[in-house]
Amino acid sequence: MSTADPSTSTDRLEIEGLTATYGPVTALEDVSVPAAPGAITAVLGANGAGKTTLLRTVSGLVRPAAGRVSLGGRDLTGAEPERIAAAGIAHVPEGRGVITELSVEENLRLGSLLGARRPTGSGGRRFDTDGVLELFPALAERFRRPADTLSGGERQMLVVARALLTQPSVLLLDEPSLGLAPRVVSQIFAVLRDLTDAGGITVVLVEQNARSALQVADTGVVLSLGRVVAVDEASALAADQALRHAYLGF
Amino acid sequence: MQRFLDLTLSGLSQGAIYAAFALALVLIWRSTRVVNFAQGSMAMFTTYLALLVVDAGASYWVALPVALVAGLLLGALVERVVMRPVENGPEINPVIVTLGVFIALQALASLVFGAQYRSFPAPLGLGGLTVGGVNIALTPYGLFTVGAVLVTMLALVALFRFTDLGLRLRASAFDGEVARLLGVPVGRMLTLGWALAAVVGSLSGLLIAGGSLVWPAYMDGLIVFGFVAAVLGGLESPVGSVVGGLVIGLSLSYVSGYLGSELAAFAALVILVAVLLVRPAGLFGRTTVRRV
Repeated sequence: MSTADPSTSTDRLEIEGLTATYGPVTALEDVSVPAAPGAITAVLGANGAGKTTLLRTVSGLVRPAAGRVSLGGRDLTGAEPERIAAAGIAHVPEGRGVITELSVEENLRLGSLLGARRPTGSGGRRFDTDGVLELFPALAERFRRPADTLSGGERQMLVVARALLTQPSVLLLDEPSLGLAPRVVSQIFAVLRDLTDAGGITVVLVEQNARSALQVADTGVVLSLGRVVAVDEASALAADQALRHAYLGF
Repeated sequence: MQRFLDLTLSGLSQGAIYAAFALALVLIWRSTRVVNFAQGSMAMFTTYLALLVVDAGASYWVALPVALVAGLLLGALVERVVMRPVENGPEINPVIVTLGVFIALQALASLVFGAQYRSFPAPLGLGGLTVGGVNIALTPYGLFTVGAVLVTMLALVALFRFTDLGLRLRASAFDGEVARLLGVPVGRMLTLGWALAAVVGSLSGLLIAGGSLVWPAYMDGLIVFGFVAAVLGGLESPVGSVVGGLVIGLSLSYVSGYLGSELAAFAALVILVAVLLVRPAGLFGRTTVRRV
């Protein structure tokens, strides 16, 4: 059932009808998310809407009760996280996911170790350490330092850089703007936009900060209590005042 | 002065053994948050295997690697078969399971090898060396003990610091979820971590047995001193565990020498309580709170 065009090497991510439960609680119910190579999809909604569970289900940390996740036609539903990562889905978890006991260099090297075992991702661009340090010059100055000396913004840059070094076809980002200064948020979003514009990498980002997420995204999905309540172009969602007031808080 | 020097030297060689045992505890604690109470029994079991090899007529230098490889396999086996099923349950479960392995291995050893005392060979002399005409409390075997622990520790440091495998092992220990998201097979890393820890534990069991007696419970004393050494070092830090081991070795040696050997175990407990009261994170512990 893949819609991937066999003539291109881009891997299309498909998230269809995901249902996930934590014991008796249904966290996700029949959630499908459009995601296209070269596009940014923003998943929005209040706290507890199921945004984080969605990403955790896609990356294999949560096993779905129903639904399907595939990349480039390859079924990954319920696979182990390490296998899904090796297939090209890079999940940057909530709370940054920096391993603070390691240095900046070691965090990046972990990404490179996986990247070395992978072909170039859908973006068509191969990332090396020098390349990601060019994207985020602040990291170059901190290269040998322990990662726990980094500021919040630098940590976010580090995990995005580390994810890029895995040569991903898909980037999943959980609350990349959380607790960051607006200037840092726009710097990170600009990097994401450049990456998708330059090639076929797919970005799915989960955000509570709906306003800035819709500014950078192509498509928006609004979740409420584990269900999809709206899917549309980002600009259309941003223009829908009733929806904004009801679900997005701006 | 001569006495102080002697106590220091014997304390250091004894401390090296505590250090190895503490290091084994720390390796498992920092990757799985489990204090492996079975470490001593596992080491006892592999020491008996070494004894079998010696009984069969082989030299100590054959028995030693046989026991260490057996430790490697036993560690991997215990993690895979016994610990893995309780890994995701309540935190107390793995700890209780290690206690179960501790008792089961001791009982099994009594059945298979017998409960009587056996003497274990030492590969090198146990008489004090003579330096400048003075006989000191440093034996060739003591030197071997310190050297073996030192070499093992340096090899582990090199593995963790300078190799890709070491980076994967550390990432798995510090943040298993993030490591998995970066494609690290964390399950395999945990098995390897247990295997490496069991090798180091086995080494401590072999070293303390050398030139002495073994019986199924001969490691019980070492478990106490090794545990105190690990706590003193902060439980998190391999370097801390080695320093902790040496400090405990020296302390107990001075206490035994100056105050009486019957006070050694008491002194170890006093140190344990003092550390927990004054510096619960240990000498080398990180006091930062980890997010969960």
